[in-house]
This record gives sequence, structure tokens and C-alpha cells, in this order.
Amino acid sequence: MSIGPVSRRDVLKSLSIGAAASSVLRVIPLQAAEYAHHMISSEKAASKAGAYTPKFFPQQQYKTLQALCQTIFPADADSGGAIEAGAPEFIDLLTSENPQYQLTLGGGLMWLDSVCLDRHGNAYLECTAQQQTEILDCIAYRKTIVQDASLSQGVAFFAFLRNLTADGFFTSKIGIQYLGYIGNGFLTEFPGCPPVPGV
Amino acid sequence: MPQVIRSPKVYDVCIIGSGAGGGTAAKVLSEGGLNVAMLEAGPTLNPSKDYKEHVWPYALPHRGADIGGRARHELNGEFLAPNGFWEIEGEPYTSAPGSDFHWFRSRIEGGRTNHWGRIALRIAPADFKARSRDGLGDDWPISYEDLAPYYDKVDSFVGVFGTKENIPSAPDGMFLPPPRPRCTETLVKKACDHLNILCVPSRMAILTKPLNGRAPCHYCAQCGRGCISASNFSSSQVMIPPAQATGRFTLIANAMAREIVVNKDGHAQAVSYIDKTTHQEMRIHAKAFVVAASACESARLLLNSRSTLFPNGLANSSGVVGRYLTDSVGTNASGYFPQLAAVAPHNHDGVGGMHMYMPWWKFDRKNDFPRGYHIEFGGGRHMPGVGQFDEMCEETEGYGVSLKQKCRSTYGTFIGFSGRGEMIPNPDTYCEIDPDVVDKWGIPVLRFHFAWSDNEIKMAKDMQETFRAIVEEAGGTFYGRAKPEGKSPYGISDGGEIIHELGTVRMGDDPKTSALNKNCQAHDVKNLFVADGACFVSGPEKNPTLSIMALSWRTSEYLLDQAKKGEI
Repeated sequence: MSIGPVSRRDVLKSLSIGAAASSVLRVIPLQAAEYAHHMISSEKAASKAGAYTPKFFPQQQYKTLQALCQTIFPADADSGGAIEAGAPEFIDLLTSENPQYQLTLGGGLMWLDSVCLDRHGNAYLECTAQQQTEILDCIAYRKTIVQDASLSQGVAFFAFLRNLTADGFFTSKIGIQYLGYIGNGFLTEFPGCPPVPGV
Repeated sequence: MPQVIRSPKVYDVCIIGSGAGGGTAAKVLSEGGLNVAMLEAGPTLNPSKDYKEHVWPYALPHRGADIGGRARHELNGEFLAPNGFWEIEGEPYTSAPGSDFHWFRSRIEGGRTNHWGRIALRIAPADFKARSRDGLGDDWPISYEDLAPYYDKVDSFVGVFGTKENIPSAPDGMFLPPPRPRCTETLVKKACDHLNILCVPSRMAILTKPLNGRAPCHYCAQCGRGCISASNFSSSQVMIPPAQATGRFTLIANAMAREIVVNKDGHAQAVSYIDKTTHQEMRIHAKAFVVAASACESARLLLNSRSTLFPNGLANSSGVVGRYLTDSVGTNASGYFPQLAAVAPHNHDGVGGMHMYMPWWKFDRKNDFPRGYHIEFGGGRHMPGVGQFDEMCEETEGYGVSLKQKCRSTYGTFIGFSGRGEMIPNPDTYCEIDPDVVDKWGIPVLRFHFAWSDNEIKMAKDMQETFRAIVEEAGGTFYGRAKPEGKSPYGISDGGEIIHELGTVRMGDDPKTSALNKNCQAHDVKNLFVADGACFVSGPEKNPTLSIMALSWRTSEYLLDQAKKGEI
């Protein structure tokens, strides 16, 4: 597809601008996505064992993000968890392009660490498993805001992270298998609904 | 102004726009023996490169969420066929205070037909003469019988599946066999039968049998991404190739029309346009012009074509250009159906869109709003996508294995319902040239005014009540967020959101109240025709694309006939 006067440089530039309204990206998402795709796969190939270098989150914050994603969708007997599904990479990529996500998620992770420091003298990752569960049980439910209004930012942060983690998990190969989606194929005839009682 | 480059050639016809209307005109006119040039404001299309058919979400780093996650928050999707946008960099439009209008434009060969819904419905006989029945709006200058032969030609050429039902509000076409219903559709159909609501196989421009050299559907449900095998209809893959095969067709891509230029006799003689690649001002000459740039873009072009002879814009001595704008009434809701959880995993994909729908079924009774609507619905075990689990996560809350299992157990158990109804044109809804704003090509932009009347709001209320009745009859739990009050009563869509803009250069018998005659020829300029949704006199609850093609086919045959008689 020829897009006229949009260069490779424009694509790079628009990636750093993110979803800003003035971004040239509004006319070239295809090339940009393709470019980002190549960028990520070449980075994976370049670094050993496919280690991922976060684009937005500092290394320590990224570890916290990984831990939270895996807690939201853990591995179980039926499938791997959010880390195996690539959810943290997906979230980091989107966040690197979206200033609003940077505030909600970057700020949210700092909020979490500061609350943990206040309560237990340690950042989230250094807290005991029991302390981690205790704070997550506070911010994973809206009803806790009624008892403690100071938790509201944490609840909003966690709700958004939970949505993005679900996106990352259920759009992965293992997530799609976990759901049991069958399709994206080539059929000569559509079989219709199999016999089901009540349907 | 830099030097204008004039093409020495004079074409028989210049078409502006390559979508449903422009593509149909290109095929009919070039096959009829005329030399045709087409201006398209975007690039050419290369399906094998541009389409993301069969790509899994995990094959893309953004997983379908697009750059910065914007597909989660806008109606665009990363997987959609390319170049359709609510905002285009450097090409703005404005909304008057209090009007919240959204304008979806596609700048690419084929226009919006690359990712439209493929819903192909005929306008019913009663729709053409609705004013005679209820006194609102205006009757069309043509009847169903005038258009029916052209509907037949379009159906036979592009391929539409469906079933003969003899429903007065939903005329039958020349149908290919429909695909079998999915589980979600079987379930809803049963409930509709109990409620005496018509629920029949949908009518979609997707091939279920080979047709005119195109392969039938392979049931991957991804029509919106664009179809590499051209098994669904798009102008770029179905109309433009036969035009190109005549050797009499020239597609000029990246050509943004600025104005239509007239000679001293008041005949259109050229289009001046900007070559977006070189930023050069160009001019192309022809003996006749077919404007098919989309309803509002066509109105904009005419309004911007001002001259001493036509100070209010071309073909606008009546002052109606830009007026009588309508969009479809839309609102939606969904239902949770626990019995679908018992259905074993199976291939639920089907075609890209619904296999069944509810045509307007209350045409034979008194309702508390004029005109009608139909219902589109879908859901079930489709390919998972971003944003799909937001509601379940927000409702379930928490985290861990229990949340994961809850998402799995409810996957495929939701069905969404959307109403699509007729809006009556009103004096507060129109587009005009914004006196203060130009786009980056220096072309003055449109300013939109939009307001729903009580008619449409009552219709949205009725839609919501019907959705609830169907969900509950089918044993589901109704999920509706629409409230009767507020900015969007009963969840009624914003203007333009349904992407069915119509009526801005309407046809009619009286040159004082219409811009075009019954052949979509301008009353004021005999060699100027309009072949998109702009010519509609009303916006019945039928998705307009099929009618745009039938009208364009009819207009093109008239133009051919006039050319043969030496009238043009």
C-alpha cells in the first residue's frame, strides 16, 4: 500500500508520540503495527533467551507488573498464566505509547509500593506473601472503598490492570486454547449449531 | 497559487469516489463503452498485503488493541480493513455547539465498502411513499418498481444470501442460500417465535456459492478485516476489476477533489484536485461527472464549487445541499444466556456477521413513533479479542484462578442486540461549510449540526423494551445500561455513529426543493450526477449500501443512454 509522503521516520516519530491526536499514526496504523512487530521480534532475537527489555516501565516496576499480572491470571492445571501468555510485554508496549496508561499504571504501581512501605516498611515485591494478599484483597474489590476511601486510586488502578491482563491472557495462544475457541479456519460448509438440549 | 497541471485528455466521464456508488458507476459506464476516470482521495488497495485475514491476535504485538490501546476506546479495530477513521490527520470537520457528530471516512480504493457490515437490504415499496402515509418528510420521486430491476442486477452481480419471506417491510431479492444458524441464533429465533417477532435469515452480500469467478465464503467470520478471496462484496474487489478489464478505465489514487469547475454555459467541465503525493494542483476534464464521494463529502464538494453562475455552490439553486441529513437511529443492549455455557466447544465462526435478523415486524399496527426499525444481533464463541472480558472482570472483581475460570465459563454466553431505525429529517440537522476552517489542502471543511427529535427517542425506547423482552423470553439475563434521561436517552447513538449518512443532495421532482431529478441528475447542471447516499429522500431502516448500488446502476444506465443520444 502506498501512503504518500509518510516515511519510516514518521512511523518512528509517531510511535513515540503515541495516541496523541496530532499523531500521523491515524492514517498509517498498518505500517506502524508492522514496524513495531518487526522491532519487537528483532529485539527478542537479539537478546539471549528471548528476554524482554521493557519500553516504558523501569526494570523494578516491570517486575512488580509481572508479579501482579501472574497473580491476576495464575498458571493452573489447565493452562499457563499471564506471564507465559505475554501479558506484561503487551501491557508495557501499549503503555509506552499512551500517556494516560502511563499515569494510571505507572502511577498505580508507585501508589502500591508507597502504601506497602507505609504499612509494612517494604515495597510490594519485598512484602511477605500474606502482606501481598492482604493489600490485593483491599484493592481488588470496589466495596473496600466504603470502609477506606483512601484505597480508591488503588481500586481504579487494579481494575484497569485486570482488564488489560485479561486482554493479554485471552488473546494469547494459551489463553485462546484455555477458552476452547475453535475456528479461524477454512470450511467449505458451515455446520451450524450442534444438537444441544435447551438451545 | 502554483501552476495548475491540466491533463490534455478529455474523458467521457469523471467519477469522484470509489466506494459502493462510484464503483458501480465505473463498472456500468466503462462496460457501456465510455472512457472513465475515477478520482480516489486515498491510496490503491492491495488485499494480499493490506488485509489481516486469519491473523491470530497474538501474531501482532498490540493483539488487536492497536497503538496505545486505542482500539479499546474507539470503534476502530487494528484488524479492520485499512484506512477508515473517525479522525483523519490534517482533514478535520467541526460540530456546531451542542451537536456531537461523528464522521467516519475511508480514504482508500473501495472506500467504506472494504469493511462495511455487508448487510444488504432493499428499501420497501411503502418506504418510498412514506409521506403519503404519515405526512412526515417527503416521498421519493421514484417507486420500488422503478428501482427493483436494478436491485435484481446488483443482487445477481455481487451475490446476496437470504430467503424469500414475503414480508412487506423487507422485499425479497435474488438470493443465494443462507448459511445455517449458529446456536445463538437458534436460541433467539425460538424466543422471537414465542413473541411473534419476525426473525429470518439475514440478507448479506457474502457468497455462499461461487459467483462470477469469485470463490464462496470459507466461514472464518472475518469479513470486517477484508476478504482475500473476495467472497464478500467490496467495490475495490468486485466493481473496479471489471471496469479495469474494459481498458477504458483510469483510477487516479491520492486525488483529493477541491471543486468542480463550470464553463460559461453552466456545464461542468473539469474537476480540480490535489495530488496528495506531490501536493500538486491538478485538473481533469470530462464531458460528464458522477459525484460519489459519500453523502457528506459530496455535499462538501458541491458547496465548495462556487462560481459567478453558482454563488451558493454547484447544483444548489434550491439551497438544499447539505440539508435533510440523516443517520440511522441506533441503540444496543445485551443478554447473558447461561444455557449457552452447556454447549460444547465447536466452530461457531460462520460468515462475518449475523446469519439471522429481525426485520421490521410492526408495520401493520399503530406505534407511538413513526416508521420502523430492524434488529441485528450476534455473540457466542467467536475469536476472543481485546476488551471482551472488561465487563466480566468488572462484575466478578478479585483475581486468581477463580476469576480465570469465571471468564472461561461465561465465554460465548453473551448475545448483543442493536436496533437500526429510520430518522425523519429535521431542520436542526444539516452540514454546511465552516466559515473559519480549512483542511491541510486548503479546502474549507464541513460543520455539522445534529439533533434527534422525539420520534427517534421513542423509537430507541421501543428498541430497548424489545431487546429486554427477547432476552427474558429466551431465559437470559438482560444487560442494558441505557437510561431514559441524560445526553443519550435510551442509549440512542450520537449522530453519524451508525455511519449511515444520507440525504444531503436529495432527489425530487421540484427543482425548488431538491437538487437532483429522479435520475439523480442535477436540476441545474445537466452533465452532473450524484451516485452515493446523498441522493436519498429518506433514510429507511435499511442499511443503505445495496440501495446506493442499485441507484448508481440506474443513474449510470440513464447517463449511458443520454450519452448515446448525444444529450451529454
